[in-house]
Amino acid sequence: MRICVDADKCEGHNRCYSLAPELFEVDDLGVASALNEGHVPPGLEDKADLAIANCPEFAISIIEE
Amino acid sequence: MSDRDPNDMTPREGCPVDDWATDFDVMDEGYIKDPAPIWEELRDKCPIAHSTRWGGAWLPTKYDDVREMARAAPTLSNRSPGVIPPAPEMREQLIAEVKEFGSELPPISADPPEHKPYKQLILPLFSPKAVEEYRAFTENLANELIDKHIASGEMDAAVDYAQQIPPRVIAYIIGIDPARADEFTDWTRGIIELGQTDPDARMKYRRIIRDFFQEMIEERRENPRDDAISKLMASEVNGEKLSDYSVIGVCFLLLVAGIDTTWSSIGSALWHFGMEEDDRQRMYDEPEILPTAVEELLRYYSPVVMARRVLDPIKFGDAEMVPGQKVIMNFPAANRDPDVFENPDEVVLDRERNRHIAFGVGIHRCAGSNLARMEMDVALRVWFDRIGDFEIIDPDAVRWTGGQVRGVRTAPMRIVAS
Repeated sequence: MRICVDADKCEGHNRCYSLAPELFEVDDLGVASALNEGHVPPGLEDKADLAIANCPEFAISIIEE
Repeated sequence: MSDRDPNDMTPREGCPVDDWATDFDVMDEGYIKDPAPIWEELRDKCPIAHSTRWGGAWLPTKYDDVREMARAAPTLSNRSPGVIPPAPEMREQLIAEVKEFGSELPPISADPPEHKPYKQLILPLFSPKAVEEYRAFTENLANELIDKHIASGEMDAAVDYAQQIPPRVIAYIIGIDPARADEFTDWTRGIIELGQTDPDARMKYRRIIRDFFQEMIEERRENPRDDAISKLMASEVNGEKLSDYSVIGVCFLLLVAGIDTTWSSIGSALWHFGMEEDDRQRMYDEPEILPTAVEELLRYYSPVVMARRVLDPIKFGDAEMVPGQKVIMNFPAANRDPDVFENPDEVVLDRERNRHIAFGVGIHRCAGSNLARMEMDVALRVWFDRIGDFEIIDPDAVRWTGGQVRGVRTAPMRIVAS
């Protein structure tokens, strides 16, 4: 599973970072990005799914490979 | 829709509401106490309602509509974000000031492109990392408040607890004296509560707050400090130092926006637990659900609405908006939309999928959302840790406030030490 954050949509709510700090980081302005080039380590798929489902800006998506 | 014309500006204040779709009143006592049934009715009947009350406004009640409108900047402008517009005399003064000095309370009252550099000035104060540095201060404060009341067996969860925390935390962050918190609270209420329907109070408290920050600036011009005011004074926007007017505007916003809002969230959360025995017990049995509980209470009791001003003609659904009209960003109603939330009118403390927009969406997302969440987390954690059991003494004595910010203002509880 691979995910990405659309930096143009992200408004810094930081829900993803708070739900899954293993998968996301945020800068001082709150803009989020996916760690590890978006690769979700095995076992963290549910956390990735929750981050996607809680983003008020619909900014996180799964990269189809 | 009934036959009331959206452009008919005949004053309706004081008359009973005859049809919520065309004559809603955000200051109606019943609406303030329990707006959800009205939103439910409107979603089916007229999802973007209109009223001529309080200067006239549109009121969306569906999640998708509210999101779309919140993201329609600057066609829907933030230049006057108050739900109840200022009286004509103050409006004229504000227009003159804005012409001379720029946005009054940037970034909340600014549109693109003026908005972004101001937002970027304040965001680092509220990043997840920065907010963690205020946690210990907040925890001490919450514990001290409980120490003060625990022996008496009674405590007003709104007045003695929820109301006391945010003004001290935000004062600490801005760099002003937390011991003056009661004054800051009075000033904020003067603007956000009393000031909504009392133009003189609004002017008076605006003057008091602006003068106070002017004084803080003068002090720091002589002796710069390591605080947010000094940092703002040294900041630049588009290559120019901030004027005193803008520094005051930003500080004014931080103070006022940091007080009423979080106080309402904490108060409503404790009122909920004071009333709902099963949910209260669940927090004692499963304290690990606190993070989802905080989000769920933010969704269910969303305290804040903001307003936009229409700059260019725009259409949402059947609502044809024309320049000059006001639109209420009804985030609380969006958060009860059954198309988005399963059982929206039920508090589900472990709701995991919760895309609520209590802090707004788009460029005007609440800059202090991480801080508000931290304060709620600490306030509830300390409360459940220190208090073994509690309940509302008299549900009928509980008082709500509404308009711009909805929340519990008095909630006397019987408390037992744990």
